[in-house]
Amino acid sequence: MNLRAPDPRSAADPTVLLHIDWTKCDGRGLCTEILPELLARDEWGYPLSYGYGSNVPVPDRLLDAATDAVSLCPRQALTLIDR
Amino acid sequence: MSRAPDTTLFPPVQAPAGTTRLTAARAADYGTHQTTFGPLPAHTDSAALLAALRDSGLEGRGGAGFPAWRKLAAVPARERARRRRVVVIGNAAEGEPLSQKDATLLLRSPHLVIDGLLTVAGALGAHSVYLYAQASVLEAVGRALAERADAAGIELREAAESFISGEASAVVNALAGREPVPQDRTVRLTESGLGGRPTLLHNVETLAHIALIARFGAAWFRSVGTKGDPGTRLVTVGSDGHPSTVLEVAGGSRIGDVLRFTGVDTGTLSAVLVGGYHGAWLPAYALEARLDRADLAGFGANPGAGILMGLGERRCPITVAAAVATYLAGETAGQCGPCVNGLPAMAAVLRRLARGDRDPGLPGEVRRLAAIVTGRGSCNHPDGTARFVLSTLTVFADDVAAHLAGHCRKDHR
Repeated sequence: MNLRAPDPRSAADPTVLLHIDWTKCDGRGLCTEILPELLARDEWGYPLSYGYGSNVPVPDRLLDAATDAVSLCPRQALTLIDR
Repeated sequence: MSRAPDTTLFPPVQAPAGTTRLTAARAADYGTHQTTFGPLPAHTDSAALLAALRDSGLEGRGGAGFPAWRKLAAVPARERARRRRVVVIGNAAEGEPLSQKDATLLLRSPHLVIDGLLTVAGALGAHSVYLYAQASVLEAVGRALAERADAAGIELREAAESFISGEASAVVNALAGREPVPQDRTVRLTESGLGGRPTLLHNVETLAHIALIARFGAAWFRSVGTKGDPGTRLVTVGSDGHPSTVLEVAGGSRIGDVLRFTGVDTGTLSAVLVGGYHGAWLPAYALEARLDRADLAGFGANPGAGILMGLGERRCPITVAAAVATYLAGETAGQCGPCVNGLPAMAAVLRRLARGDRDPGLPGEVRRLAAIVTGRGSCNHPDGTARFVLSTLTVFADDVAAHLAGHCRKDHR
């Protein structure tokens, strides 16, 4: 995944989104272990980010962890999207 | 002296006056269509069509209400410039059980829909053109297509029968020979859709309006309706004890007027469901609201696909809502965990409330589940279902209280 350098104009505002493909997600929960600050689990085990649905803004300091989550997801349900 | 133009082939045709537009032809055949509306302009280029649609203010009639010109503009300019790249789809899947207007339109005025498809396809130099419609209208539409040489390139396909069959990416899947279920999308269909081609999908009523705008222009289109909802729209109107009727009404018509026009006694209604099973309730006191975005916004509703269903004041709304929520839970495509699990859970809590379980935590549990499913699917099915359920709790708060207190006296059938 090729990530752009952070845009100085929006340093406070994450420019990368973690996209969850719900049609692939099986609720294995690996992403919620790698990104506990970003993702909780709902009562069925699916990743849950309060305030966001399928596209979760990733703060810069969590970009590496988000990249790991993408590559380690056993269902390949995650992608990073540059806004 | 010059000869008068030959008017026997195409006599000059006046633009339809009043609110009878899409339904102006007295018969569905091509001859009647041509004498009613006149010939379709030979070619409208994409810039001219885009400008006309923008000036018209036409919004999509499939439910989401996306401006028609924006969808056209969303096809990348490089694709619009190249010929034979784009796929154009007319969508009449109409999976919503309360809607009948698309099927009615295809039976009454199929040639307007065909004209709309040809107008858009011509403007974009389309690679292929599809008409996706329910089994019940295929024969009639097939006859209409066979009546004209210019429609030979339109492929008629049978729509899948499910609530979500009309969702744009589900239509694309169906046409590609895959399961007719929504796709997860990170790029728009207008960039990459059927076979990876830029794909422009319009509801068939939207296409029929486009056919008239191409002929009579944006100013004519706006001459009926309100600023917020210009033109006419087809509505499917029904209520307890009244079979549904499809009408063409001016945009921004008062909802009570539309209901009364079909013979519904609005004095006997507790509310009207606006926008179908993914819509929201308009309480009886608000029936003079206009069928437009501005008036409906406060109730979480929008004109959508033009569905108005009156609920009689004797019917228990919680029972009705529980049945609808149960139906919608069963219509999940089964792909996305929060929808697969959350919708049946939400419906089950609503059924407990409807049955008379007096646990005061039930409404809060419905709200919690609605919040959990919202935004967490690859299509809007969980969001629409949550909207309907939340609207029920808000508009029928007194009925919820009556159930929790154990004294709902309404008809629970």
